[in-house]
Amino acid sequence: MAGQSGSQLSLFTPDEVEFVAEDELVEIVPNLRMDSLNFICGDYGPFYPQIAIQVPLWLALALKKRGKCTIRPPQWMSIENLTQVLEGERESHAFQTLPFHYVEISRLLFDRARDDIPDVYMVRSLVEDIRDVRFHKVETNLENFTASAVTWKNMAAMEVNIIRAFSGRALQAFYRHENEQAVPDLDRTQDRQPQNLNDRPRVCRSFCCIPIFPLHHWIDKIVFISCLLDYCPTIVFLWRAYCLFVVPLQRNLRPR
Amino acid sequence: MDSGTGEGSTSFTDDYETFISTTDVDLLKRAWRNEKAAPEILQYEAALRSSLQEQNVEASEADGEDPLTMSLYQMDLDRTQFLLRSYLRVRLQKIEKYIFHILKTDESLNRLSDEEQTFAASCGDDLRAHLKETVLSKLPTDYNSELKQSAASEEDDMVPAPRLDSFVICKARQYISGLDFEPEYSHEITEMERDLLTFVCYKFIKKPLENGKIDLV
Repeated sequence: MAGQSGSQLSLFTPDEVEFVAEDELVEIVPNLRMDSLNFICGDYGPFYPQIAIQVPLWLALALKKRGKCTIRPPQWMSIENLTQVLEGERESHAFQTLPFHYVEISRLLFDRARDDIPDVYMVRSLVEDIRDVRFHKVETNLENFTASAVTWKNMAAMEVNIIRAFSGRALQAFYRHENEQAVPDLDRTQDRQPQNLNDRPRVCRSFCCIPIFPLHHWIDKIVFISCLLDYCPTIVFLWRAYCLFVVPLQRNLRPR
Repeated sequence: MDSGTGEGSTSFTDDYETFISTTDVDLLKRAWRNEKAAPEILQYEAALRSSLQEQNVEASEADGEDPLTMSLYQMDLDRTQFLLRSYLRVRLQKIEKYIFHILKTDESLNRLSDEEQTFAASCGDDLRAHLKETVLSKLPTDYNSELKQSAASEEDDMVPAPRLDSFVICKARQYISGLDFEPEYSHEITEMERDLLTFVCYKFIKKPLENGKIDLV
Protein backbone atom coordinates (compact mmCIF):
# COMPACT_ATOMS: atom_id res chain seq x y z
CA MET A 1 0.00 0.00 0.00
CA ALA A 2 2.74 2.43 0.93
CA GLY A 3 4.63 1.90 -2.31
CA GLN A 4 1.85 2.49 -4.78
CA SER A 5 -0.05 5.42 -3.36
CA GLY A 6 3.11 6.98 -1.91
CA SER A 7 4.35 7.75 -5.35
CA GLN A 8 1.17 9.60 -6.22
CA LEU A 9 1.60 12.04 -3.36
CA SER A 10 5.10 13.03 -4.31
CA LEU A 11 4.55 13.42 -8.03
CA PHE A 12 4.44 16.88 -9.53
CA THR A 13 2.22 17.20 -12.58
CA PRO A 14 3.69 19.09 -15.56
CA ASP A 15 1.21 21.88 -14.85
CA GLU A 16 2.62 22.29 -11.36
CA VAL A 17 6.15 22.45 -12.73
CA GLU A 18 4.95 25.11 -15.17
CA PHE A 19 3.33 26.99 -12.28
CA VAL A 20 6.66 27.14 -10.48
CA ALA A 21 8.40 28.21 -13.70
CA GLU A 22 6.01 31.13 -14.14
CA ASP A 23 7.69 32.95 -11.28
CA GLU A 24 10.91 33.41 -13.26
CA LEU A 25 11.67 37.01 -14.21
CA VAL A 26 11.55 38.17 -17.84
CA GLU A 27 11.98 41.58 -19.41
CA ILE A 28 9.02 43.35 -20.97
CA VAL A 29 8.48 46.65 -22.72
CA PRO A 30 5.10 48.02 -21.66
CA ASN A 31 3.09 50.37 -23.86
CA LEU A 32 1.01 51.91 -21.10
CA ARG A 33 1.51 53.95 -17.99
CA MET A 34 0.68 52.19 -14.74
CA ASP A 35 1.46 52.69 -11.05
CA SER A 36 3.41 50.17 -9.01
CA LEU A 37 1.73 46.89 -8.32
CA ASN A 38 2.11 45.79 -4.71
CA PHE A 39 1.53 42.08 -4.92
CA ILE A 40 1.85 39.54 -2.16
CA CYS A 41 4.73 38.04 -4.10
CA GLY A 42 6.61 41.32 -4.52
CA ASP A 43 6.43 44.87 -5.85
CA TYR A 44 6.69 45.63 -9.56
CA GLY A 45 6.56 48.89 -11.41
CA PRO A 46 5.81 51.68 -11.95
CA PHE A 47 5.36 51.04 -15.66
CA TYR A 48 6.28 53.69 -18.23
CA PRO A 49 5.74 53.29 -21.96
CA GLN A 50 8.78 51.98 -23.87
CA ILE A 51 10.88 51.58 -20.72
CA ALA A 52 11.97 47.95 -20.16
CA ILE A 53 11.21 46.37 -16.78
CA GLN A 54 11.59 42.94 -15.22
CA VAL A 55 8.45 41.14 -14.10
CA PRO A 56 7.48 37.54 -13.38
CA LEU A 57 6.55 35.45 -16.40
CA TRP A 58 2.89 35.08 -15.38
CA LEU A 59 2.47 38.83 -15.17
CA ALA A 60 4.21 39.31 -18.52
CA LEU A 61 1.92 36.78 -20.19
CA ALA A 62 -1.18 38.37 -18.65
CA LEU A 63 -0.17 41.81 -19.91
CA LYS A 64 0.76 40.42 -23.31
CA LYS A 65 -2.62 38.74 -23.61
CA ARG A 66 -4.32 42.08 -23.05
CA GLY A 67 -2.01 43.72 -25.56
CA LYS A 68 -0.31 45.95 -23.00
CA CYS A 69 3.31 44.99 -23.58
CA THR A 70 5.82 43.16 -25.72
CA ILE A 71 8.04 40.50 -24.19
CA ARG A 72 11.78 40.51 -24.88
CA PRO A 73 13.02 36.93 -25.24
CA PRO A 74 15.68 36.13 -22.63
CA GLN A 75 19.39 36.19 -23.46
CA TRP A 76 19.76 32.44 -23.57
CA MET A 77 17.07 32.15 -26.25
CA SER A 78 19.10 33.77 -29.02
CA ILE A 79 19.97 31.67 -32.06
CA GLU A 80 23.74 31.99 -31.50
CA ASN A 81 23.53 30.86 -27.89
CA LEU A 82 21.20 27.96 -28.66
CA THR A 83 23.38 26.75 -31.55
CA GLN A 84 26.39 26.82 -29.26
CA VAL A 85 24.50 24.94 -26.55
CA LEU A 86 23.32 22.35 -29.07
CA GLU A 87 26.87 21.72 -30.32
CA GLY A 88 28.09 21.44 -26.75
CA GLU A 89 25.35 18.94 -25.91
CA ARG A 90 26.21 16.79 -28.90
CA GLU A 91 29.93 16.77 -28.20
CA SER A 92 30.18 16.16 -24.48
CA HIS A 93 28.52 13.78 -22.02
CA ALA A 94 27.76 16.49 -19.51
CA PHE A 95 24.79 18.84 -19.69
CA GLN A 96 25.32 22.40 -20.86
CA THR A 97 24.29 25.29 -18.67
CA LEU A 98 20.69 26.23 -19.32
CA PRO A 99 18.13 27.82 -17.02
CA PHE A 100 16.45 25.32 -14.74
CA HIS A 101 13.04 25.97 -16.30
CA TYR A 102 14.13 26.43 -19.90
CA VAL A 103 11.57 23.95 -21.25
CA GLU A 104 8.58 25.61 -19.61
CA ILE A 105 9.70 29.17 -20.34
CA SER A 106 10.37 28.45 -24.00
CA ARG A 107 7.08 26.63 -24.41
CA LEU A 108 5.05 29.42 -22.83
CA LEU A 109 6.77 32.05 -24.95
CA PHE A 110 6.23 30.07 -28.16
CA ASP A 111 2.56 29.61 -27.36
CA ARG A 112 1.68 33.12 -26.29
CA ALA A 113 4.38 35.53 -27.46
CA ARG A 114 5.33 34.12 -30.83
CA ASP A 115 5.50 37.50 -32.59
CA ASP A 116 8.01 38.86 -30.09
CA ILE A 117 10.65 36.25 -30.92
CA PRO A 118 12.80 36.85 -34.03
CA ASP A 119 13.17 33.74 -36.25
CA VAL A 120 10.76 31.85 -34.08
CA TYR A 121 10.78 28.66 -36.18
CA MET A 122 14.55 28.39 -36.04
CA VAL A 123 14.60 29.00 -32.29
CA ARG A 124 11.83 26.49 -31.77
CA SER A 125 13.57 23.75 -33.73
CA LEU A 126 16.84 24.42 -31.88
CA VAL A 127 15.14 24.14 -28.49
CA GLU A 128 13.46 20.90 -29.52
CA ASP A 129 16.76 19.44 -30.74
CA ILE A 130 18.40 20.39 -27.47
CA ARG A 131 15.58 18.74 -25.55
CA ASP A 132 15.96 15.53 -27.57
CA VAL A 133 19.72 15.35 -27.15
CA ARG A 134 19.54 16.01 -23.42
CA PHE A 135 16.82 13.47 -22.86
CA HIS A 136 18.78 10.89 -24.78
CA LYS A 137 21.69 11.56 -22.42
CA VAL A 138 19.38 11.18 -19.43
CA GLU A 139 18.26 7.80 -20.73
CA THR A 140 21.81 6.53 -21.25
CA ASN A 141 22.87 7.82 -17.84
CA LEU A 142 20.04 5.90 -16.22
CA GLU A 143 22.05 2.75 -16.93
CA ASN A 144 24.80 3.92 -14.59
CA PHE A 145 22.72 4.14 -11.45
CA THR A 146 24.05 2.64 -8.25
CA ALA A 147 22.47 2.40 -4.85
CA SER A 148 24.24 5.38 -3.34
CA ALA A 149 23.62 9.04 -4.06
CA VAL A 150 23.59 10.06 -7.71
CA THR A 151 24.45 13.61 -8.67
CA TRP A 152 23.60 15.41 -11.86
CA LYS A 153 24.74 18.83 -12.88
CA ASN A 154 22.54 21.19 -14.87
CA MET A 155 19.54 18.97 -15.39
CA ALA A 156 16.35 20.89 -16.05
CA ALA A 157 13.12 20.79 -14.06
CA MET A 158 11.00 19.04 -16.68
CA GLU A 159 13.61 16.34 -17.27
CA VAL A 160 13.83 15.72 -13.54
CA ASN A 161 10.07 15.48 -13.29
CA ILE A 162 9.82 12.93 -16.10
CA ILE A 163 12.20 10.45 -14.50
CA ARG A 164 11.34 11.21 -10.89
CA ALA A 165 8.94 8.33 -10.24
CA PHE A 166 10.88 5.68 -12.11
CA SER A 167 14.31 6.59 -10.80
CA GLY A 168 13.03 6.89 -7.24
CA ARG A 169 11.66 3.37 -7.26
CA ALA A 170 14.68 1.99 -9.11
CA LEU A 171 17.13 3.49 -6.62
CA GLN A 172 15.02 2.26 -3.75
CA ALA A 173 15.08 -1.26 -5.17
CA PHE A 174 18.87 -1.09 -5.62
CA TYR A 175 19.31 0.17 -2.09
CA ARG A 176 17.13 -2.55 -0.64
CA HIS A 177 18.88 -5.34 -2.52
CA GLU A 178 22.31 -4.06 -1.57
CA ASN A 179 21.45 -3.83 2.08
CA GLU A 180 19.67 -7.18 2.06
CA GLN A 181 16.72 -6.17 4.15
CA ALA A 182 14.66 -9.19 5.09
CA VAL A 183 11.35 -7.36 5.33
CA PRO A 184 8.90 -8.86 2.83
CA ASP A 185 6.79 -6.19 1.23
CA LEU A 186 4.37 -5.68 -1.57
CA ASP A 187 6.87 -3.78 -3.72
CA ARG A 188 8.97 -6.87 -4.28
CA THR A 189 6.11 -9.03 -5.47
CA GLN A 190 5.01 -6.24 -7.75
CA ASP A 191 8.52 -5.96 -9.16
CA ARG A 192 8.72 -9.69 -9.77
CA GLN A 193 5.56 -10.02 -11.83
CA PRO A 194 6.41 -7.63 -14.67
CA GLN A 195 9.74 -9.44 -15.10
CA ASN A 196 8.02 -12.77 -15.72
CA LEU A 197 5.65 -11.23 -18.22
CA ASN A 198 8.54 -9.72 -20.16
CA ASP A 199 10.57 -12.91 -20.27
CA ARG A 200 8.12 -15.08 -22.10
CA PRO A 201 7.30 -12.94 -25.14
CA ARG A 202 10.97 -11.98 -25.53
CA VAL A 203 11.99 -15.62 -26.00
CA CYS A 204 9.14 -16.18 -28.41
CA ARG A 205 9.90 -13.09 -30.42
CA SER A 206 13.61 -13.73 -30.82
CA PHE A 207 12.97 -17.30 -31.86
CA CYS A 208 10.39 -16.48 -34.46
CA CYS A 209 11.69 -13.31 -35.95
CA ILE A 210 15.16 -14.56 -36.89
CA PRO A 211 14.09 -15.62 -40.42
CA ILE A 212 12.44 -12.28 -41.07
CA PHE A 213 14.14 -9.29 -39.49
CA PRO A 214 17.81 -9.58 -40.40
CA LEU A 215 16.79 -10.27 -44.01
CA HIS A 216 14.53 -7.28 -43.71
CA HIS A 217 17.45 -5.02 -42.81
CA TRP A 218 19.77 -6.20 -45.57
CA ILE A 219 17.19 -5.84 -48.29
CA ASP A 220 16.31 -2.47 -46.85
CA LYS A 221 19.91 -1.34 -47.30
CA ILE A 222 20.13 -2.68 -50.87
CA VAL A 223 16.88 -0.99 -51.82
CA PHE A 224 17.98 2.27 -50.32
CA ILE A 225 21.26 2.30 -52.17
CA SER A 226 19.65 1.30 -55.42
CA CYS A 227 17.09 4.01 -55.10
CA LEU A 228 19.83 6.53 -54.62
CA LEU A 229 21.69 5.34 -57.67
CA ASP A 230 18.44 4.95 -59.62
CA TYR A 231 19.88 1.64 -60.62
CA CYS A 232 17.12 -0.84 -60.48
CA PRO A 233 13.52 0.26 -59.95
CA THR A 234 12.38 -3.33 -60.23
CA ILE A 235 14.11 -4.11 -56.94
CA VAL A 236 11.99 -1.40 -55.35
CA PHE A 237 8.85 -2.93 -56.83
CA LEU A 238 9.78 -6.42 -55.70
CA TRP A 239 10.61 -5.11 -52.21
CA ARG A 240 7.27 -3.39 -51.91
CA ALA A 241 5.48 -6.55 -53.02
CA TYR A 242 7.45 -8.48 -50.42
CA CYS A 243 6.45 -6.08 -47.65
CA LEU A 244 2.83 -5.97 -48.62
CA PHE A 245 2.17 -9.62 -49.24
CA VAL A 246 4.84 -11.96 -47.96
CA VAL A 247 5.70 -10.56 -44.52
CA PRO A 248 2.13 -10.53 -43.18
CA LEU A 249 1.65 -14.09 -44.42
CA GLN A 250 4.82 -15.20 -42.64
CA ARG A 251 3.72 -13.46 -39.48
CA ASN A 252 0.33 -15.18 -39.53
CA LEU A 253 1.84 -18.59 -40.06
CA ARG A 254 4.45 -18.14 -37.28
CA PRO A 255 4.15 -20.75 -34.49
CA ARG A 256 3.09 -19.23 -31.13
CA MET B 1 9.50 37.87 7.30
CA ASP B 2 7.90 41.19 6.35
CA SER B 3 4.31 41.25 5.29
CA GLY B 4 3.44 42.13 1.74
CA THR B 5 6.36 44.29 0.63
CA GLY B 6 9.14 41.87 -0.18
CA GLU B 7 12.31 42.94 -1.91
CA GLY B 8 10.90 42.62 -5.41
CA SER B 9 13.06 45.42 -6.77
CA THR B 10 14.40 44.46 -10.11
CA SER B 11 18.00 45.55 -10.00
CA PHE B 12 19.17 43.18 -7.23
CA THR B 13 20.96 39.95 -8.01
CA ASP B 14 19.55 36.66 -6.78
CA ASP B 15 22.08 36.20 -4.01
CA TYR B 16 21.52 39.63 -2.59
CA GLU B 17 17.79 39.15 -2.65
CA THR B 18 17.94 35.92 -0.73
CA PHE B 19 20.35 37.47 1.69
CA ILE B 20 18.18 40.46 2.50
CA SER B 21 14.82 38.74 2.73
CA THR B 22 12.62 36.41 0.79
CA THR B 23 8.96 37.06 0.35
CA ASP B 24 6.38 34.97 2.11
CA VAL B 25 5.41 33.47 -1.21
CA ASP B 26 8.95 32.19 -1.76
CA LEU B 27 8.95 30.58 1.65
CA LEU B 28 5.54 29.07 1.02
CA LYS B 29 6.68 27.74 -2.34
CA ARG B 30 9.69 26.14 -0.72
CA ALA B 31 7.55 24.61 2.04
CA TRP B 32 5.07 23.33 -0.56
CA ARG B 33 7.77 21.66 -2.64
CA ASN B 34 9.38 20.07 0.38
CA GLU B 35 6.07 18.81 1.67
CA LYS B 36 5.09 17.34 -1.69
CA ALA B 37 8.36 15.56 -2.22
CA ALA B 38 8.95 14.21 1.29
CA PRO B 39 7.56 10.79 2.23
CA GLU B 40 6.66 11.83 5.77
CA ILE B 41 4.89 14.87 7.13
CA LEU B 42 7.10 17.87 7.91
CA GLN B 43 6.88 20.62 10.48
CA TYR B 44 3.89 22.92 10.07
CA GLU B 45 4.73 26.50 9.11
CA ALA B 46 2.39 28.32 11.44
CA ALA B 47 3.93 31.78 11.21
CA LEU B 48 3.88 31.63 7.42
CA ARG B 49 0.24 30.64 7.36
CA SER B 50 -0.90 33.43 9.68
CA SER B 51 1.00 36.19 7.87
CA LEU B 52 -0.27 34.99 4.53
CA GLN B 53 -3.82 35.02 5.79
CA GLU B 54 -3.42 38.65 6.84
CA GLN B 55 -2.11 39.55 3.41
CA ASN B 56 -4.91 37.67 1.69
CA VAL B 57 -7.45 39.69 3.64
CA GLU B 58 -5.70 42.97 2.79
CA ALA B 59 -5.49 42.12 -0.88
CA SER B 60 -9.11 41.11 -1.22
CA GLU B 61 -10.23 44.34 0.42
CA ALA B 62 -8.32 46.54 -2.02
CA ASP B 63 -10.54 49.05 -3.79
CA GLY B 64 -11.15 48.68 -7.49
CA GLU B 65 -9.16 51.11 -9.59
CA ASP B 66 -9.37 49.95 -13.16
CA PRO B 67 -10.32 46.47 -14.34
CA LEU B 68 -6.80 45.66 -15.54
CA THR B 69 -5.17 46.30 -12.18
CA MET B 70 -7.97 44.50 -10.38
CA SER B 71 -7.56 41.41 -12.55
CA LEU B 72 -3.79 41.40 -12.01
CA TYR B 73 -4.20 41.63 -8.24
CA GLN B 74 -6.75 38.84 -8.45
CA MET B 75 -4.29 36.66 -10.38
CA ASP B 76 -1.62 37.19 -7.78
CA LEU B 77 -4.08 36.38 -5.00
CA ASP B 78 -5.19 33.23 -6.84
CA ARG B 79 -1.63 32.05 -7.24
CA THR B 80 -0.85 32.49 -3.56
CA GLN B 81 -4.07 30.84 -2.52
CA PHE B 82 -3.38 27.88 -4.78
CA LEU B 83 -0.03 27.34 -3.12
CA LEU B 84 -1.51 27.60 0.36
CA ARG B 85 -4.42 25.28 -0.39
CA SER B 86 -2.23 22.72 -2.10
CA TYR B 87 0.16 22.78 0.86
CA LEU B 88 -2.64 22.14 3.32
CA ARG B 89 -4.19 19.50 1.07
CA VAL B 90 -0.95 17.53 0.75
CA ARG B 91 -0.56 17.55 4.52
CA LEU B 92 -4.11 16.28 5.00
CA GLN B 93 -3.51 13.49 2.49
CA LYS B 94 -0.42 12.44 4.38
CA ILE B 95 -2.29 12.50 7.69
CA GLU B 96 -5.04 10.32 6.25
CA LYS B 97 -2.54 7.88 4.84
CA TYR B 98 -0.50 7.39 8.00
CA ILE B 99 -3.21 8.13 10.51
CA PHE B 100 -2.42 5.46 13.09
CA HIS B 101 1.30 6.00 12.83
CA ILE B 102 0.93 9.74 13.44
CA LEU B 103 -1.38 9.24 16.41
CA LYS B 104 1.10 6.81 17.91
CA THR B 105 4.32 8.81 17.62
CA ASP B 106 4.62 12.05 19.55
CA GLU B 107 7.23 13.40 17.18
CA SER B 108 4.82 13.29 14.24
CA LEU B 109 1.94 14.59 16.32
CA ASN B 110 3.95 17.66 17.32
CA ARG B 111 4.52 18.55 13.68
CA LEU B 112 0.81 19.07 13.10
CA SER B 113 -1.07 22.28 13.72
CA ASP B 114 -3.88 22.37 16.26
CA GLU B 115 -6.63 21.97 13.68
CA GLU B 116 -4.75 19.13 12.05
CA GLN B 117 -4.40 17.36 15.39
CA THR B 118 -8.15 17.61 15.97
CA PHE B 119 -8.73 16.30 12.45
CA ALA B 120 -6.30 13.43 12.99
CA ALA B 121 -7.91 12.42 16.27
CA SER B 122 -11.43 12.40 14.85
CA CYS B 123 -10.30 10.66 11.65
CA GLY B 124 -8.55 7.97 13.70
CA ASP B 125 -11.63 7.44 15.84
CA ASP B 126 -13.88 7.14 12.80
CA LEU B 127 -11.55 4.69 11.10
CA ARG B 128 -11.22 2.60 14.24
CA ALA B 129 -14.98 2.48 14.71
CA HIS B 130 -15.52 1.57 11.07
CA LEU B 131 -12.96 -1.26 11.15
CA LYS B 132 -14.40 -2.61 14.38
CA GLU B 133 -17.93 -2.56 13.08
CA THR B 134 -17.24 -4.15 9.72
CA VAL B 135 -14.47 -6.65 10.37
CA LEU B 136 -12.77 -6.74 13.72
CA SER B 137 -15.75 -7.49 15.91
CA LYS B 138 -16.31 -10.68 13.90
CA LEU B 139 -12.78 -11.98 14.43
CA PRO B 140 -11.68 -13.98 17.50
CA THR B 141 -10.39 -11.95 20.46
CA ASP B 142 -6.73 -12.50 19.76
CA TYR B 143 -6.98 -11.05 16.27
CA ASN B 144 -9.32 -8.12 16.62
CA SER B 145 -6.89 -5.29 17.26
CA GLU B 146 -6.51 -2.71 14.50
CA LEU B 147 -2.88 -2.11 15.43
CA LYS B 148 -1.53 -5.63 15.78
CA GLN B 149 -1.95 -8.61 13.54
CA SER B 150 -2.52 -10.92 16.47
CA ALA B 151 -2.01 -10.92 20.21
CA ALA B 152 1.29 -12.68 19.62
CA SER B 153 2.79 -9.69 17.74
CA GLU B 154 5.26 -7.67 19.74
CA GLU B 155 4.89 -4.41 17.86
CA ASP B 156 2.09 -2.70 16.03
CA ASP B 157 2.60 -4.39 12.71
CA MET B 158 -0.73 -3.46 11.15
CA VAL B 159 0.22 0.20 11.09
CA PRO B 160 1.81 1.41 7.81
CA ALA B 161 4.69 3.73 8.46
CA PRO B 162 6.12 6.26 6.00
CA ARG B 163 8.96 4.83 3.92
CA LEU B 164 11.95 6.83 5.00
CA ASP B 165 14.24 4.91 2.68
CA SER B 166 12.55 6.23 -0.45
CA PHE B 167 14.72 8.31 -2.73
CA VAL B 168 14.17 12.01 -3.25
CA ILE B 169 15.77 14.66 -5.44
CA CYS B 170 17.28 17.59 -3.63
CA LYS B 171 19.51 20.60 -4.00
CA ALA B 172 21.69 22.02 -1.28
CA ARG B 173 21.41 25.76 -0.67
CA GLN B 174 24.94 25.97 0.69
CA TYR B 175 27.91 23.70 0.95
CA ILE B 176 27.14 20.92 3.42
CA SER B 177 29.95 19.05 5.11
CA GLY B 178 29.84 15.68 6.80
CA LEU B 179 29.10 17.26 10.18
CA ASP B 180 25.59 18.26 9.13
CA PHE B 181 24.52 14.69 8.54
CA GLU B 182 23.70 12.12 11.18
CA PRO B 183 26.82 10.19 12.25
CA GLU B 184 25.33 6.80 11.40
CA TYR B 185 24.95 7.85 7.75
CA SER B 186 28.32 9.50 7.45
CA HIS B 187 29.79 6.57 5.55
CA GLU B 188 27.06 6.81 2.95
CA ILE B 189 27.15 10.51 2.23
CA THR B 190 29.99 12.79 3.16
CA GLU B 191 29.30 16.16 1.63
CA MET B 192 27.04 18.01 -0.74
CA GLU B 193 27.92 20.85 -3.01
CA ARG B 194 25.73 23.84 -3.57
CA ASP B 195 23.09 23.74 -6.32
CA LEU B 196 23.92 20.25 -7.53
CA LEU B 197 20.96 17.96 -8.17
CA THR B 198 21.30 14.86 -6.02
CA PHE B 199 19.22 11.71 -5.86
CA VAL B 200 19.57 10.48 -2.32
CA CYS B 201 17.83 8.37 0.27
CA TYR B 202 15.43 10.54 2.31
CA LYS B 203 16.63 9.45 5.73
CA PHE B 204 20.20 10.61 5.03
CA ILE B 205 19.15 14.19 4.42
CA LYS B 206 16.41 14.38 7.02
CA LYS B 207 18.50 16.40 9.47
CA PRO B 208 19.81 19.05 7.04
CA LEU B 209 16.28 19.35 5.62
CA GLU B 210 14.89 20.20 9.04
CA ASN B 211 17.62 22.80 9.46
CA GLY B 212 16.66 24.40 6.18
CA LYS B 213 19.95 23.71 4.40
CA ILE B 214 18.47 21.50 1.69
CA ASP B 215 15.55 21.99 -0.68
CA LEU B 216 13.67 19.11 -2.19
CA VAL B 217 12.94 19.53 -5.87
